[in-house]
Amino acid sequence: MPGMGGRMSTVIKAKISRLLDRAEDPGETLDYSYQKQLESLQNVKKGIADVVTAKKRLQMQSQKLEQSVVKLDTQARQALSAGNEDLARIALERKNVAQTELQSLDQQVAELEQQQEKLTESEQKLRTKIETFRTKKEVIKAQYSAAEAQVRISEAATGVGEQMADVGLAMQRAVDKTEQMRARADAVSELEAAGTFDDLTALGPGQDDIDRQLHELSSSSQVDDELAKMRAELGQGSAGADDAKQLEEGQGS
Amino acid sequence: MIVRISNEGQFRLDDGLYARLNELDDAAVRAVEAGDEDAFHAAFEELLQVVRTEGEELEDEDLDASDVILPPSDLSFVEAGEEFTGDGLIPEAA
Repeated sequence: MPGMGGRMSTVIKAKISRLLDRAEDPGETLDYSYQKQLESLQNVKKGIADVVTAKKRLQMQSQKLEQSVVKLDTQARQALSAGNEDLARIALERKNVAQTELQSLDQQVAELEQQQEKLTESEQKLRTKIETFRTKKEVIKAQYSAAEAQVRISEAATGVGEQMADVGLAMQRAVDKTEQMRARADAVSELEAAGTFDDLTALGPGQDDIDRQLHELSSSSQVDDELAKMRAELGQGSAGADDAKQLEEGQGS
Repeated sequence: MIVRISNEGQFRLDDGLYARLNELDDAAVRAVEAGDEDAFHAAFEELLQVVRTEGEELEDEDLDASDVILPPSDLSFVEAGEEFTGDGLIPEAA
């Protein structure tokens, strides 16, 4: 049967065929073809391991950012209760940026997780098909003349090749996703390296530039809202020593 | 005919469903070209649903090649656009 006339399936089939060409040469001799299938399976396993490693790295980065969010929030409260609104605002701006990065990272980790699942399922199907192919190949060789066996085994190899291309497609998507995420993660690392999420009390000279950039990055209305909320929680106006002391005790618990 | 949904599985369908699949496939591509994301998802998801509900899934051991290969179910509108209107466009086969 010819391919369906619809363009979507035509395009995807062409794409799969291109992957197939790369993965499998139907002209290979029979036993060699099985060897190549096994090699491809090994590569798939390695590919999955790389995806898992990339995901773990991003999850670690996400945990670090979570800690920064908590720390900056605490520092904003401390600064505000000590009457230093400017410092509180800076802390909240940084928290704002860290939070935005965190949300984006978490979403991408979840998407990658889904793609990894599909990749693993496709790999399992491939493994089953390769095993079936191995058995079938021996049966065919025993039953048919060499020329006839060649034809029948090539047909079976096509089915394996299609699954291999399917794994290839799943792999390609997972790798694309990890590359996008790596770019994002690098940007976060740069902010980290610049001390963006560091302890504010350790602010040295030369931080003005970072803060100006952060000011542009973070949403000022959100910072204003948070500042107002925090002020209400701390009790309006008086930023006395009692408040600061209470806050410190509160943190200890 | 055998239809594969990429990264999901292969299904054996009655040849009589060919016209319906074709129609939904065309509708999905038209929606991409018109920039209509909702219409794309509606057509694409219906297409996949027809395959899943009308078709019988092949065993993993089956070595038959597919007559039709559909994109993965989580194909995004943006990806679909790149696939069908961007550099990835392949001329329609006979």
